Amino acid sequence: MNILEGLKYSKDHEWVKLVDGKATIGITDFAQHNLGDIVYVELPKVGKEISLGEALGVVESVKSASDVYSPLSGKVLSVNEALSDTPEKINEAPYDCWIAVLQVGNPGEAEGLMDAAAYGAFLETEE
Amino acid sequence: MHPTLSNTPEEQAGMLAEIGKPSMDSLFDTVPSAVRLGRALHLPQGLSEMEVAKRVSALAKCNCNTEEYVCFLGAGVYDHFIPCVIDNLLSRQEFYTAYTPYQPEISQGTLQAIFEYQSMICALTGMDVSNASMYDGASAVAEAASMACQATGRSGILAARSLHPQSRQVLGTYARFREIAVDEVSAQNGTLDMEDLGKKLNDNTAAVIVQTPNFFGVIEDITGMAEMAHKNGSLLIVSCDPVSLALLKSPGEMGADIAVGEGQSLGQSMSFGGPYLGFFAAAGTLLRRMPGRIVGQTVDAAGRRGYVLTIQTREQHIRREKATSNICSNEALNALAATMYLTAMGPKGLREAASQCMQKSHYARNLLMQTGLFKPLFDAPFFKEFSLAYTGDTAKLNRVLFADKIIGGYELEKSYPEYRDSWMVAVTEKRTKDEIDALARKAAEA
Repeated sequence: MNILEGLKYSKDHEWVKLVDGKATIGITDFAQHNLGDIVYVELPKVGKEISLGEALGVVESVKSASDVYSPLSGKVLSVNEALSDTPEKINEAPYDCWIAVLQVGNPGEAEGLMDAAAYGAFLETEE
Repeated sequence: MHPTLSNTPEEQAGMLAEIGKPSMDSLFDTVPSAVRLGRALHLPQGLSEMEVAKRVSALAKCNCNTEEYVCFLGAGVYDHFIPCVIDNLLSRQEFYTAYTPYQPEISQGTLQAIFEYQSMICALTGMDVSNASMYDGASAVAEAASMACQATGRSGILAARSLHPQSRQVLGTYARFREIAVDEVSAQNGTLDMEDLGKKLNDNTAAVIVQTPNFFGVIEDITGMAEMAHKNGSLLIVSCDPVSLALLKSPGEMGADIAVGEGQSLGQSMSFGGPYLGFFAAAGTLLRRMPGRIVGQTVDAAGRRGYVLTIQTREQHIRREKATSNICSNEALNALAATMYLTAMGPKGLREAASQCMQKSHYARNLLMQTGLFKPLFDAPFFKEFSLAYTGDTAKLNRVLFADKIIGGYELEKSYPEYRDSWMVAVTEKRTKDEIDALARKAAEA
């Protein structure tokens, strides 16, 4: 499974890129692999206030529909509209295909996320 | 042992011996004696096939049917022409005995028929997508309300008083358990009161539901309703008569977001209440929120056209509590009958049927008014059904007509207490001039 350095990871297999109080969120290679061919992404509404652990959106594949749990609390600043047309890009490049960008509400929460090494170790226990 | 033949006494004895039980009765040892009957059932002797046929047909003859009675009763279910080719094809065992496919790709014929049904519903309603059908028009209305709430994130519904009472009842049942607040928009001159609608629209309104032709038979002018609803961030749900769509502007053309209705008028017999057919179509943007089965067209590995059940991630077997609805079935046989009906009639045939409905209903109303005993209840255009105020007692009128083998119109006060002694008459393409003349003549004599 591909894991990128420099990103933070949640136990629900989301990756987070934190820059200047803004969090760009997507799903990891492990997640896209388990979901199968992704056919649709339900994106959150811009402006939505979201809590840690709340469903940010939904990723649908041919065989399942999985909630994307927000790894942080905050407000949705933007969503990746391109996913409406080409959701399958998440399978091809999970770390390039972001889902949403949040204005981080509680900077302390980032402490609860894993770095690449910790996520890698976590994946060992998952499998 | 044979799967479809009863076990013989010898086989039973052998099975009992195998499991170490002395008798069949001993298998029920755990049932307390206090709740046991303690004797054999008092069943009459079995009858021969001839005797059964005679007894059952005598029972069936107690019912009045439209072969012997001329039907002018509507109120949501109509005596329309059903081409005999439908009966003939529908009773094919491949169709008649098949349940909704759970291993769908194996049932290509079934899926193709449903796909064609969906396509025809889209063509009729002017909408982008249709599902494989709902149980009936009433539940289709309720599901549309639920869908609108999900799509808008709101929980209020405004339903016209002129919407079929049973649709409103079913809507109420669904709403109660899905915590949706339903408010009624009053009727004015037999149509939805636009002023009342304007007053009641608020920022919690998910959708407005209007029916056209409505329960009173009146054609609602829904111009402006879509705009009004959309300005408020609400959706417009239109419940419509599929036969009328051969003549009237489609809900899609009028800006509806969801089009639903009762498909009984499309080749289904009245059958004392069902089974009927709910059709459900919507704008393309709402596809992912739609309830029910949806058939899609695709190609197989060899590039040949094939059909599948698609976008199943809306459904409960995948989404569980987040599914768009709990329905995981459709009215397959009824939808098939509707598809056969539309194919047999074609656009021209449907238009002809609709035209005859309109012409004959207007002829009938004029004749009835000429008796001097009836006045129109509303000054509004109508399709195949109209409401009249009667100078006498409508219940008595219907009794008198019934004795003459005519099923009279609906006594409106049964559903709308504000319209006493009002009579709602339905006239379909099946009614002849003689039948209509007789209705007017006998009503005058009553």
